[in-house]
Amino acid sequence: MNNATWNRAVDKSFKYFGIACTFLGLILLGIFMVNIFTEGAQRISWQFLTSLPSRLPARAGILTAWTGSLWIFTLTGLIAIPLGISASIWLEEYGKKNPLAQFLEINISNLAGVPSIIYGILGLQIFGRMMNLENSLLAGSFTLALLILPIIIVATREAIRAVPGTIREASYALGASKWQTIWNQVLPASFSSILTGIILALARAVGETAPLIVIGALAYVPFVAQTPMDEFTVLPIQIFNWVSRPQAGFLINAAAGSLVLLCFVFFMNGVAILLRRRAQRNLKW
Amino acid sequence: MKLRERIIEEILLSSALVTIIITVGIIWVLFSESFSFFQEVSLFDFFTDTQWTPLFTNKHFGILPLLTGTLLTTIIAIAVALPIGLTIAVYLNEYAHKEFRTWVKPLLEVLAAVPTVIYGFFALTVVTPFLQLFIPGMSGFNALSAGIVMGIMIIPFISSLSEDALYAVPKSLREAAFGLGSTRFQTAFRVLVPAASSGITASVILALSRAIGETMIVAIAAGQQPRLTANPLVPIETITAFIVQVSLGDVPHGSLEYKTIFAAGLTLFLFTFALNNISFWINKKYRQQYE
Repeated sequence: MNNATWNRAVDKSFKYFGIACTFLGLILLGIFMVNIFTEGAQRISWQFLTSLPSRLPARAGILTAWTGSLWIFTLTGLIAIPLGISASIWLEEYGKKNPLAQFLEINISNLAGVPSIIYGILGLQIFGRMMNLENSLLAGSFTLALLILPIIIVATREAIRAVPGTIREASYALGASKWQTIWNQVLPASFSSILTGIILALARAVGETAPLIVIGALAYVPFVAQTPMDEFTVLPIQIFNWVSRPQAGFLINAAAGSLVLLCFVFFMNGVAILLRRRAQRNLKW
Repeated sequence: MKLRERIIEEILLSSALVTIIITVGIIWVLFSESFSFFQEVSLFDFFTDTQWTPLFTNKHFGILPLLTGTLLTTIIAIAVALPIGLTIAVYLNEYAHKEFRTWVKPLLEVLAAVPTVIYGFFALTVVTPFLQLFIPGMSGFNALSAGIVMGIMIIPFISSLSEDALYAVPKSLREAAFGLGSTRFQTAFRVLVPAASSGITASVILALSRAIGETMIVAIAAGQQPRLTANPLVPIETITAFIVQVSLGDVPHGSLEYKTIFAAGLTLFLFTFALNNISFWINKKYRQQYE
């Protein structure tokens, strides 16, 4: 075998190695999904979705967990979305090149890299103890809102930046003020891209476990939360609790709970990918 | 009208300033509580004691076992994610059809979107029993399977960012290599990867920082036994898993045990902060080179 054929063989085999690597992670994920599906699907029933937690695996359900997750999803969104969008508008449209905006930008990329458990420690001390929210839904939502704020800001800024300057100039030429231009032109034009970022960020918040454990969210909550000041649990914490128990019955419950959580997260990601595709197709200025 | 515009601008600005308050809050909380921790435990003991037993009667506060635990799982994760992630980046950039790329990239990012508690479940109930078939003496909780699963999770960090870096290498370099008769493999690994090395390094450091801060996988699958070891087959404990362990227990507020989570958190924060900034710095320097 001479040099050239050898090189061509290496080249060709790397191609197949590349394909194998590309699918390796996805295949492993697939194996695991099949695994939790075969174990968990049998456990999913109306009773499982509407029962309170219990010491007996067969009677335990995820009612408090999924309602808690729904509360967290809503409250976190209500706090983080307005804050994130306003901050992004200022950074992109008002503060463009001044030193304050540059400093904020560095700060935000640093915040995006802070481990989620550190946000838990922050939430425990600030919301839990200083503001006396203890381990309520509100404390949890504030903590997660701070966690996803940098993610929302990064995505929203990119969406706003994609709106061409000619749109703004045309709006000014028609006599619109700066805010009117932003509100009537820039935001509607970037709406679906902004929404994509928000959905991905909220999916992340719903799957978070560690910060909520740190602020003291409980594994065992025998009632459905009625107000934002109530104690709570969420699906990931319920799964964590079941995984750490020795009885096999709880592992089946954990698989079923994971299945519910995965369905939700994949649904959100799917919607986000579709929205992004649509935004890219429509955004041919 | 003028006034309204100004008020709106002030409101928007104050939202942006919230991000600074968050940073100040994190630093203040970590430092103030750690300060009172270090009034009772000397810094020297913290860094040289080889035992970490704050929850026992015979208390030792040496961070080393937690640090080695964290490093061990992180190194395993990178050892899994770097070769796979870099191969994917090269493959997508050099070999794959454009259509395949736009289709597979979001799919790969799903790997990073799966909640980490589910990955932990995966490591404990699937990967560990599977590995035990080949390594009989392996403990039910270990750094190896936690590290491998964490590696799978961070593949998209390395593959996406490295692909961006490869993509940014000027076309002329690639064409010159092809012009000299190189195969795609030679072009990729002798020209493009070295040219994009700073971007790739930045992506690896970012993935490293993500792995160090990862909590649920190690809390579930790696165990809760801080020990100073490089053996990936026995239970260990990472900094993050320790914080979870304390949070789950009934440690009274204000006690020394309670303050340990702030000292551990501060150590974690400083590590990830340093890594993130090294990554930004490398990336910035790299960009200037090609503009």
